[in-house]
Amino acid sequence: MTVQLTFWSAIGSFVLGVLLAAMRVSPVPLLRGFAGTWVNVIRNIPLTLIIIVMAQVIANQLGVRLAQREAGVNPQVFLDNQNFRLAVVGFIIYTSTFVCEAVRAGINTVPPGQAEAARAIGLKFTQVLGIVVLPQAVRAVIAPLGSVLIALTKNTTVASAIGVAEVALLMNTLIENEADKLTAVFIVVAAGFIVLTLPTGLFFGWLAKRKAVRR
Amino acid sequence: MRLRMITTAIAGAAAAALALTACGGGGSTAAPGTTSATTAAQSSTSAAASGSDGATSSAGDTGGSAAAGDSKVLSDAASGKLVVGIKFDQPGLGLKNPDGSFSGFDVEVAKYVGQKLGVDPANIEFKESKSAEREGLIERGEVDYIVATYSITDTRKEKVNFAGPYFVAAQDLLVQDSNTDITGPDSLNGKILCSVTGSTPAQKVKDQYSADAALQEFGTYTECVEALRNGAVDAVTTDNVILAGYAAQSPGLKVVGQGFSTENYGIGLQKGDTAGTEAINAALNAMIADGSWEKALQDTVGASGFTLPAPPTPGA
Repeated sequence: MTVQLTFWSAIGSFVLGVLLAAMRVSPVPLLRGFAGTWVNVIRNIPLTLIIIVMAQVIANQLGVRLAQREAGVNPQVFLDNQNFRLAVVGFIIYTSTFVCEAVRAGINTVPPGQAEAARAIGLKFTQVLGIVVLPQAVRAVIAPLGSVLIALTKNTTVASAIGVAEVALLMNTLIENEADKLTAVFIVVAAGFIVLTLPTGLFFGWLAKRKAVRR
Repeated sequence: MRLRMITTAIAGAAAAALALTACGGGGSTAAPGTTSATTAAQSSTSAAASGSDGATSSAGDTGGSAAAGDSKVLSDAASGKLVVGIKFDQPGLGLKNPDGSFSGFDVEVAKYVGQKLGVDPANIEFKESKSAEREGLIERGEVDYIVATYSITDTRKEKVNFAGPYFVAAQDLLVQDSNTDITGPDSLNGKILCSVTGSTPAQKVKDQYSADAALQEFGTYTECVEALRNGAVDAVTTDNVILAGYAAQSPGLKVVGQGFSTENYGIGLQKGDTAGTEAINAALNAMIADGSWEKALQDTVGASGFTLPAPPTPGA
């Protein structure tokens, strides 16, 4: 479940993050202002709070349903889907702000001459960004994006706050039932995360080296 | 070359993990040694303590003064100060009020026991002890004893000593007032049941009564109660006396009242502290005998309309 959470949240936050970055550098003041406010507000809210708000306010108070509850069927499936999707949306909202800032840093590494040249041959803003600037920018920030992904993997433990069956929830259950093996449980969970994140870091390091734009 | 770098990194990580394990093991073996050293140093004072305790409560005499020499509770009580673990977030049982004072039945029991051990209630320091942390707090000696809806179980007995029970609770369900189709643990099929992360009661309902119930877990009972109020879950389960506190706090909710299972609340203290256990049992018996047990229960839990049970027999 930890891996699934990470996977869907990573895809979602990459897409939303790049979109936010594009808005932050766009020539439209309204978009710039919106994206700026969004990023600065969201990334300064604790993740636990965002996740709990997703469940308590968005789902419970406002009645937003992200899964279908069928009458007469065991609601466990509904509940699991609902919580999982709420958690993924929460992670996307949170992590996309960090992706956005990483990508924006990447955009700054692209020499202004590139964008000027692209504009000179008559490309529109979306084309300048999509064809010329972003491909170079993303290649420059592969390593920082790897850090964001590692942080996201570890952050998924917060989803236990709304009952998503990931590692931290399993750990709590184990601790409650086998109170005498506390240290062992902690060490196993920690080792599990190292197994998950260490290869991620090595892979992104290797990829960053391979894909770097040589100037 | 690159492959070598990777293997080095993995080897480094393995070494770090090993070092971590070694530290953990070393820490846990060192802990009892330190404790026994301190208790040995205090044994002279605690010998005096057991003597003075004999006057206030009839405990200690039967346990023998040799055992009392190892008792952390009794030696700390003799020095006039106690640290007691309670819950901070359970209305009616253990609650930290906005003004910093503490109220609830567990608090009253803790104070009474402290008084019987010869400590002025003003000198009792209350420390928050969350469910998962209780054994650790006792083992590390950070608290003298814990009165925090602490159910006596066999696995827990392997790590701590229990005095009591001072209260017998039963698992129950909290539902909305208007709800009539949930009458007990058997009628939860197709319903959503809420409990806190890592707790056993909800799992027990699923395993033994309604296999088709869905389980929602939140971090705290307050979140569960909130979800119940706006209909996101159908029932909340835990011990009836805890639920009664929430029902009293938020109108529109009721306890179903078909207590199933038996939870014996005990007072946890350090493993092997026989003299301390007996002293606390004696204090609990005195509390029940002189009527202050019932009065404390009436003043704290009784306000919620909870049907007060008969007192248990501590030390039985």
